[in-house]
Amino acid sequence: MEHEAGSILAVITLNKELVDGGAPIFFARDEQELERLALYLSKILKAMVHDLDNGTYVVVRH
Amino acid sequence: MPEYLIVIAAGILAGTLSRIVLLRIDYRQYPGYPHSYISHLLLGFIASALGAVAIPAVMAPEYTAVTFLALAAQQFREIRNMERRTLESLERTELVKRGLDYIEGIARTFEARNYLVMATAFATSLATQFGGLSTGGLTAIIMILLSRVLMSGDILENICDVVPARLSFQGPILMVDEINMVNVGLKERREKILENGLAVRIKPRDGNARSTIHDMGQRQAIAFTAAVLLGTKKDVNIPEYTPLVRKNPETGEVGLYIMPMEKDLDRLIAAVKLTPVLESASSKPLLAGLPSGKDKKRMG
Repeated sequence: MEHEAGSILAVITLNKELVDGGAPIFFARDEQELERLALYLSKILKAMVHDLDNGTYVVVRH
Repeated sequence: MPEYLIVIAAGILAGTLSRIVLLRIDYRQYPGYPHSYISHLLLGFIASALGAVAIPAVMAPEYTAVTFLALAAQQFREIRNMERRTLESLERTELVKRGLDYIEGIARTFEARNYLVMATAFATSLATQFGGLSTGGLTAIIMILLSRVLMSGDILENICDVVPARLSFQGPILMVDEINMVNVGLKERREKILENGLAVRIKPRDGNARSTIHDMGQRQAIAFTAAVLLGTKKDVNIPEYTPLVRKNPETGEVGLYIMPMEKDLDRLIAAVKLTPVLESASSKPLLAGLPSGKDKKRMG
């Protein structure tokens, strides 16, 4: 499926309370897992990881 | 040999020669293939034949024959479309894009070159008809030199200063000096960027230059030129390494960030300076005749 540029393809977070909504959400147990999940998803989705600075990463296709 | 044949031959020769002179492979890397050379040389030959035949046709007198020059214009517009289509279809698989503005500029250049070829052939055959072969030869040389001057466009070096800049991170945000580039989430990538990345700052010399590098197409052309000449570490699954050109909204200065294959700042600066100023981006708001700040004060 072709995604529109700028759309959020996935959300990876440490804080379950902070996120909700349409994009697939991945919960990580710690920083290390967060980073690893983000790297894998970035490679799989060929998209870029952005840090929202609150323990949440979003994967965005540009 | 009949006289008109000499006139036509001189025109065709001069025109084709000027196409060869204009057909040089340069840092824009286009055209880079033998097949493109052949098709452009052949089209140049056809253009010069059209230009060269005009004078003998009028002398014949076959005035209606001149109408095929209109056909020629149509034909060369087709060249522009052909170039545009080729480059656009290549663009899809290009990791660092040329950008539509750059493509349009290249396509227009190819069309214009053929008009110059036709003009060279026309002028040469005119001179040969009335002044003999030596006058024709002289005209050909002048026209070819003139074409070269007309086709050498402006480059960024002439309107901007390019100076080294420092890469840093403010939280997750990649900065080139004080210019905000992009949010890089992965810590591993941030380290790699600080280790291997290069950055320059492009300072416009005046308002005209500022409005030129404000154009996104022009900025994409800068990123493309830098990536072609220095190589890029970018791959389909590493979007963080995409070369970026972003502006400081306060000053209009522009920062370039790139992950080059070859980490050489001097060459990067040279590459950025070589970037052609795109016709579509080039604008001159300073010449619009608006009252400047100083004038306003005087009026007040």
